[in-house]
Amino acid sequence: RAKEKERKKERDRKRRRNVARRASSARKEGKELEDRPGREERRGRKKRDKEGKGKGGEDERQEEVKNDTVAKTLKNFSNENTRKLEQKEIEVVGEEDGDTEEKRKNGRSEKGGKREDNGRGETVEKKQKKKRVETSAEHESSEEEEDEEEKVGEEKPEVLSPEELEKLKEEVDERKKLISTLRGKPWPMRKKLLTLRESHEFVEKYEGALGKGKSRKLYAYKVMMLKKWMKFQRDFENFKTACVPWEMKIKEIESHFGSSVASYFIFLRWMYGINMILFGLTFGLVMVPEALMGRPYGSMPRKTVPRADEANAMDFAVLWDFGGYAQYSVLFYGYYNSQRAIGWLKFRMPLSYFLVGVGTVAYSYMVVIRTMARNANEDGGGDNNSFNFSWKMFTSWDYLIGNPETADNKFASITTSFKEAILEEQESRKDDNIHLTRFLRVLANFLVLCCLAGSGYLIYFVVRRSQKFALEGLESHSWWERNEVNMVMSLLGMFCPMLFDVISALENYHPRIALQWQLGRIFALFLGNLYTFIIALMDEINLKREEEEVLKLNMTIWEASLYNGTLGVNSTAPPITVHPADIPRGPCWETMVGQEFVRLIVSDTMTTYITLLIGDFLRAVLVRFLNYCWCWDLEAGFPSYSEFDVSGNVLGLIFNQGMIWMGAFYAPCLPALNVLRLHVSMYLQCWAVMCCNVPQERVFKASGSNNFYMAMLLVILFLSTLPAIYTIVTIPPSFDCGPFSGKSRMFDVIQETLESDFPAWFGKVFSYASNPGLVLPFLLLMVLAIYYLQSTSKSYKQANLELKKKLQTQNEENKKKTKMAALKAAMDLEEAQKAWSEAPRQQRNNNASQQSYTGEKNTVTGHLVSSFVFVWYLKI
Amino acid sequence: MGTTASQLRKDLLSEYQELTFLTKQEIILAHKRFSELLSKEDRNVPTPRVPMEKVLSLPELKSNPFRKRICHVFSTSDMKDGSLTFEDFLDLLSAFSDSATLEIKSHYAFRIFDFDDDGTLDGGDLEKLVNCLTGETDDTRLTTEEMRQLISNILEESDIDKDGTVNLSEFQHVISRSPDFVSSFKIVL
Repeated sequence: RAKEKERKKERDRKRRRNVARRASSARKEGKELEDRPGREERRGRKKRDKEGKGKGGEDERQEEVKNDTVAKTLKNFSNENTRKLEQKEIEVVGEEDGDTEEKRKNGRSEKGGKREDNGRGETVEKKQKKKRVETSAEHESSEEEEDEEEKVGEEKPEVLSPEELEKLKEEVDERKKLISTLRGKPWPMRKKLLTLRESHEFVEKYEGALGKGKSRKLYAYKVMMLKKWMKFQRDFENFKTACVPWEMKIKEIESHFGSSVASYFIFLRWMYGINMILFGLTFGLVMVPEALMGRPYGSMPRKTVPRADEANAMDFAVLWDFGGYAQYSVLFYGYYNSQRAIGWLKFRMPLSYFLVGVGTVAYSYMVVIRTMARNANEDGGGDNNSFNFSWKMFTSWDYLIGNPETADNKFASITTSFKEAILEEQESRKDDNIHLTRFLRVLANFLVLCCLAGSGYLIYFVVRRSQKFALEGLESHSWWERNEVNMVMSLLGMFCPMLFDVISALENYHPRIALQWQLGRIFALFLGNLYTFIIALMDEINLKREEEEVLKLNMTIWEASLYNGTLGVNSTAPPITVHPADIPRGPCWETMVGQEFVRLIVSDTMTTYITLLIGDFLRAVLVRFLNYCWCWDLEAGFPSYSEFDVSGNVLGLIFNQGMIWMGAFYAPCLPALNVLRLHVSMYLQCWAVMCCNVPQERVFKASGSNNFYMAMLLVILFLSTLPAIYTIVTIPPSFDCGPFSGKSRMFDVIQETLESDFPAWFGKVFSYASNPGLVLPFLLLMVLAIYYLQSTSKSYKQANLELKKKLQTQNEENKKKTKMAALKAAMDLEEAQKAWSEAPRQQRNNNASQQSYTGEKNTVTGHLVSSFVFVWYLKI
Repeated sequence: MGTTASQLRKDLLSEYQELTFLTKQEIILAHKRFSELLSKEDRNVPTPRVPMEKVLSLPELKSNPFRKRICHVFSTSDMKDGSLTFEDFLDLLSAFSDSATLEIKSHYAFRIFDFDDDGTLDGGDLEKLVNCLTGETDDTRLTTEEMRQLISNILEESDIDKDGTVNLSEFQHVISRSPDFVSSFKIVL
């Protein structure tokens, strides 16, 4: 084949010489007049520059040149009388070269691409060029036509014509582009380095030449600044990566356990980031202003511990329950004053409180949905089953795994996944006793439902009981009775999943499906528990509100008696000062709700940590050290080391976050608590994973599940904001505590602000805008927009499918075509054989025709694949 | 490593940053790790090479079934012995880094999987690939029947032009749709 090329080249060269002769003779007259040795020399140097570009570049160029010449010969001499076969050969080679060219263009040099374009558009440009060449008249051969043409522009920046300038600019831009894309090229480093240096040199050399006089200086300055800016950007990028917390820790885990375990920690870190922002909002806009500018502690009843509790308000047990001084502090809703503006800044406290509450929820929604959309983009969405096997094959190895044990597990899991896939594909697995399986599955679901109902009832029962205890006074009860609710919830959350695991053994599902069921059940359990808790809380809220009504009545009586008792009928005298601790006060249900949530979070955190310590650490220690004196192998046998339960942990995290969202309005301290908790769990769990867990056998895929986590988070977010919003909108706030006291509804604060802080026209505009007549059409519009977008996405999907079909049919057509071509080639071959009856010749032909099929096919596939991918992008 | 051998020239460092997907710290770390692999006498050579065995002893590569292929693909050695210079090593880390593009990752993945270096993945390559993935032990190996089935399935899916092999564009097409290729095709020092 190489020989063949050689020969062909030679032929081409001959022809080229012909052309050259013709062309040069035509130009002779003009040329001889001019003699510019300096320019010649410069050109020479430039050429040398180009030559020293590195081996790869040179090779490419050679090939390009060859390709160009081949194309040229084809076009120029198509009318020339050549043998049929030979022409076919040339075509073949040309096509093939074109193919390789194209590939190179995709992956590698832009320059090549440009040249190729030149080569393609040659017929169009040819005449123009020739004219130009003739006028400038300095070319010896037509082979250098184009190269020279380009160089002319580069060589004499002093006398640039506009188009030359344009060309030079283009070239410089190209180089710049090359520099910026160089890192994405699969070349060895040496070649990249050489190209980079060469391109830098080129750009520096000719960039200055682009401007004139003053503008050149400006240009140089600009270039310098650009360089500085690039450097700054790079440093900033470095700085940013250095700032990402726990990067090294996560990478270490990643290299030990693979990406699935690491995905939990990345999720944890992401949660930490979100909670940081929530914390910043509540801390900066609610807690700090109130603490600094609001009325101090002890100035009014809502900010003072009542007289009855004063004695043990500082006890640890009380504080641990977030009673006593903790209850009457910025940590809870009740402490905040309803004063409209506080401090010298005239900070609108109630408004800020309300907006922060709404803002946290809105921000969370935004972040979760944005992340989901991004993940969906990365996934490419849909179309998941078409490459089932290939993905298993090409992407199943996790290159991060650096631990032999994990690697062994991975081998095993890959093998099983292969085998499963094959089995599924063959569909040879038949259920031998489908009735039994069905019965068992129904039974299992029944059992799970019983568990769920039981746990729900238990929580409801416990909450009701605790209310009774609370009415009787907490002091008379034991620690267990006081913390019953939280403990029961945590314990249920701990043991029910285990129970589900046992039950799911009955079902005999495929492990992946079993995992999904398991996750779904745990989700249902947590959700059920949470909602029972909320319903119980609602009951309690109603109780408190009744209490409040009674107290309001009593209050007036008390006030009246106060005045009557001390001052008699004289009501004009200044009111006597009663210490705020002595004034009777309402039960303040908001603080109560906040307290419940805070307690729940604390106990949940505690149980998580304790299970971690006992279940993982203690178990690992026991297994490790008792193994020396035990009758069976503990490490390999029954207890063994625990695995890191990614999905369970993620679920725990998600529900924890749900509770934060729910309670944050009534306890501004919740995000802070959560930040603390996440921070500690990051370290604790990293440590626990590294020291006492073994890699899992059943791997829950990392990135595939990312959006699954996010979807769960979104569901939880929705479900947790629902009750919070319900309470805010429907229940009137307590009359004597919190920033909204005295208003009939919490959101009245908005109206109040509009009326008093904004000009009248604004209020008017707002009232018009919030008019149902405007809101309803707007909603309708949104619904329509959603419908429209959905239908377009559907049609894109359809088009995609269509394209896929087209691709397949085209493939088949191509196959037929190539077959035909093969037949034809075979016939030609026979002819040729007859004509020459020359063995080596025939061999060559054979090769060439074969090459032609593969070449053609490759281009076609390339095109199809790229168009397919393009449509995908469009869709996204 | 405070010796002169472990010092990277500043301009080179910035060039490396421009040419790879690595940050400054990562390049410095890579250089440190690389100089640790070098033997004493090698350090004075202008462009020292680390033999493949030593590269394979890195814990990050130790349990990778494709470790030899990786070395071969990234090696620029003329002897085809898989030895790496520092620049080759950087290329390797860059391709496997977090921020490398899908395109470059899939390109190198293709070359790693192309065991006979002929530019396409044919049946033999795929078989070797499966054997790499299922590990060395016999109990995890697939039977010949399973292997045949598997390979024919794979070709059916990804061999779009039905020529019996998977070429680079087909491979990249398959890979680009995969949800977890980019996240798992990573090696971090």
